[in-house]
Amino acid sequence: MNEQTAVTRSDQAAMDQPALLPPVDVVEDDSGITLYADLPGVPKDRLSVQADAETLIIDGEMALEMPKELEATHVEVNLPRYRRVFSLSKELDPAKLSAELKNGVLTLRIQKAERAKPRRIQVTG
Amino acid sequence: MELSLFPRDLFAELDRLQRQVQRAFEFSPSIRGFARGGFPALNVASTPQSVEIYGFAPGLEPKSIEVQLERGVLSIAGERKSALPDARQPATVHVNERFAGRFHRVITLSDDLDPNEVRAAYRDGVLHISIKRLESAQPRRINVN
Repeated sequence: MNEQTAVTRSDQAAMDQPALLPPVDVVEDDSGITLYADLPGVPKDRLSVQADAETLIIDGEMALEMPKELEATHVEVNLPRYRRVFSLSKELDPAKLSAELKNGVLTLRIQKAERAKPRRIQVTG
Repeated sequence: MELSLFPRDLFAELDRLQRQVQRAFEFSPSIRGFARGGFPALNVASTPQSVEIYGFAPGLEPKSIEVQLERGVLSIAGERKSALPDARQPATVHVNERFAGRFHRVITLSDDLDPNEVRAAYRDGVLHISIKRLESAQPRRINVN
């Protein structure tokens, strides 16, 4: 087995695991789209953001500090993982993507491709 | 019943629906309101020595979170500012699911806790509160002579 298949398999395994759907806000302006996602408990090294021409995949795993002999008495967050998939539209440029994770909030900025930015069209006549 | 007039995201709508159904059928909700679906979401767990509370409250300034423990009742309060642009800015909001505004959650804990032994830490958007049980309430092995 080469390295490539190993990577693909672990990705597939991650996709098969049940995950929470994190709440998001999506705002669009002239130059691009900003996405905010709530991912409490996820440190930077356990967050994966993947984008290709068609899809954006956000996948994060929580790392909570837990003492020994812990017994749950009330549970509202019942899975240690978040995942959400978005389809991207053509005018967005996945190469121009920046991501910041601060206090459990992921801020993603995707720029629009230069040709897709709105232009004012001069009306003559 | 809350309904969004312009459903933009089917999954968000399903999620909302699921929450409503859960609320409607929740067996004996607490007198302080619905036990689930609030902000921040809470997980509570216990060990023989302590009670551990995890509040899933992303995007806050740690100093702005108000945590109070009084006679076994823990309250967590604060405010989360909206990330959305105001109406003057030329931007379109496509999805708006994240909580914004003031929040206040109260939970009743057991009464064997020591109010002087509380630790609270905020990391990666999770508020972790650890409260020690009173010395007298901890299990002890009794020697039989």
